[in-house]
Amino acid sequence: MANIELRGVEKKFGDVFAVKPLDLTIKDGEFIVLLGPSGCGKTTTLRMISGLEAVTVGQILLDGRDVTWLHPSERDIAFVFQFFALYSHMSARDNIAFPLQAAGMARHEVKERVAQVAALLRIDHILDRKPGALSGGDQQRVALARALVRRPAAFLMDEPLGALDAEFRETMRAEIKKLHLAQHATTVYVTHDQIEAMAMGDRIVIMSAAVVQQVGTPTEVYHNPANLFVARFIGSPGMNLVKAKVEPDGARLPGGGLAPISDRWRRALEGSGLEDGSVVLGFRPEAVQVHDGGALRAGVYADDLHGGYTMLHLELADGEIIHGRAARDAMNALGSAVRFDLDPDMMRFFNPETEMAILS
Amino acid sequence: MANVANAPRQKVVISTRVDKVSTGARVTSSVRAAIAVIVALIMLIPVAWMAMTAFKTRPDAVAVPPKVFFEPSFEGFVSLLTSRRQLTNDEIAVYQQRTDLGWADQIALIRGQAITGPSAFPRQLLNSLIISGVSTVFSVGFGVLSAYAFSRFPVPGKDDLLFFILSQRMLPPVVVTIPIFLMYRQVGLHDTHIGMVLLYTAFNLSFSVWLLKGFIDEIPREYEEAAMVDGYTRLQAFRRIVLPQATTGIAATTVFSLIFSWNEYAFALMLTSDAARTAPPSIPLVLGTGGIEWAAIAAGSLAFLIPVVIITFLLRKHLLRGVTFGAIRKG
Repeated sequence: MANIELRGVEKKFGDVFAVKPLDLTIKDGEFIVLLGPSGCGKTTTLRMISGLEAVTVGQILLDGRDVTWLHPSERDIAFVFQFFALYSHMSARDNIAFPLQAAGMARHEVKERVAQVAALLRIDHILDRKPGALSGGDQQRVALARALVRRPAAFLMDEPLGALDAEFRETMRAEIKKLHLAQHATTVYVTHDQIEAMAMGDRIVIMSAAVVQQVGTPTEVYHNPANLFVARFIGSPGMNLVKAKVEPDGARLPGGGLAPISDRWRRALEGSGLEDGSVVLGFRPEAVQVHDGGALRAGVYADDLHGGYTMLHLELADGEIIHGRAARDAMNALGSAVRFDLDPDMMRFFNPETEMAILS
Repeated sequence: MANVANAPRQKVVISTRVDKVSTGARVTSSVRAAIAVIVALIMLIPVAWMAMTAFKTRPDAVAVPPKVFFEPSFEGFVSLLTSRRQLTNDEIAVYQQRTDLGWADQIALIRGQAITGPSAFPRQLLNSLIISGVSTVFSVGFGVLSAYAFSRFPVPGKDDLLFFILSQRMLPPVVVTIPIFLMYRQVGLHDTHIGMVLLYTAFNLSFSVWLLKGFIDEIPREYEEAAMVDGYTRLQAFRRIVLPQATTGIAATTVFSLIFSWNEYAFALMLTSDAARTAPPSIPLVLGTGGIEWAAIAAGSLAFLIPVVIITFLLRKHLLRGVTFGAIRKG
């Protein structure tokens, strides 16, 4: 197992940046998720680590060894592809044995290793079938087995669950996570699904437009997004973002309501040098506390019952829609007026010019 | 008796279980099969006629009305495979007394001829086999390599190059026979196996590059990438992954290349005379003395047809299997 270090790695296709200079250190045994919308450079980054894509500038180190210009086969890493890339002319067994044969391993040892990994993934019974005769989940397991069997220094996975049905995705997500916990192998996992990223990653690297927006644990990126992009991208729905004005008594929301600010934030906002107090106020749906004595007003635009809770869509006086979480049994007629407060500890502020978070 | 409990509620149009298929669907598929068989039979009539003529005697071959039932004879094959000498009446009388004649000599004797030796045809057939076989191996071999390169690497001027390659195919071969004839005579390639292999390889290559590029484009890059990450070099990945995946394309290209060089007539007529002469220009020359030897021509055509039939038959599985059962799912 190994740590991976990217030093000033960038990739250009012609004049277009696929990945702007990127520094990242992945610790031994860490599960890192590269998250972002399609075309943000996450897959290119993964492919550069694997060696399938050459870097334009920069260095890639695997356990301190410079592998920047090594062929993929010389890097001792395994890659799981989105569409599995199982060889359709070979049985599952031969697919799994394929990487071992490259290393010229003795036949009985290959057999033993394949049996071990097949038992681990519970695919012993399908080893003699061709990939075409397997279900999506089993194809995925075979692909994982092929990656695991070599005991590589690191695993790279490119949207490995993307080709599976929603129902299966949950199962396989749990399986991959369990495998990771058992093997404790350094893993770099690419996905565009933020729920998957939150569920699986030790740390998440959020990318957009070829640039890393934030690196942090799931909790960090959820509660303390570094900028507006991350605030919108993480969470379902994303963070509520409204234009507000900081006043001595609190933050004035569009349409009039005044939300009190904690002292900590007041000091931070004073020190941030904002002109005329204009900020973007951000808060998660769970920061919304609907009750009759609330200081803020809104109209109920829609409400969705989610089983465990109700998601209220509230319309502020200026027509802006925010999302708030309410109790499961909360009954609010559409169009009715409600009052709410915002949990002061869960409020976040962003500079409207730079779109960056104001730090407290 | 059909199992009613397991029968589907709606009529099934296609199933491997006969008891589940509706009568209408069964009739339709029978009619379709019958039409296919009839069309196939109509297509086969000329070939069958040729095969029959090959086994007819000279009078039978030209009989009016044509004979469908006849006594088979090897006269055609004897005329095709031997060179003969016309005997005088005296000699015929002597020959008829001899007891040491083989069956072929006896057939020749019916027509008052004596066999003097083998004809050139077997060697010409062998030439055809060598030249078309080797040129097919070369054009498919080079074709698959360059098709792979065009498919996977950023070749500078790729589109122009590909068009240039294709444009070779737009040239009618007959136009260049005379220049090539003159050049070949100059460099000593005239009437050589190497010369013909070179020529046919060149002509087939453009076609095979294009055909194979289509097939290789279909193979997902992830296949090779997976192999490369798993510890194989690109060349190993090519051999162990790309080639097996491209079998269908390679088989199709092989058959097309083989048929082209096997059938090629104009160049063979101009550029070969003796040592490297192939079968196509020789078959019409088996004209015999005093009348066209239809049986011999048919026998020659039959012998000429068989190798292609064998190759196509051997590769039929790959030719029919359009797409492989891929494990790569297009999301």
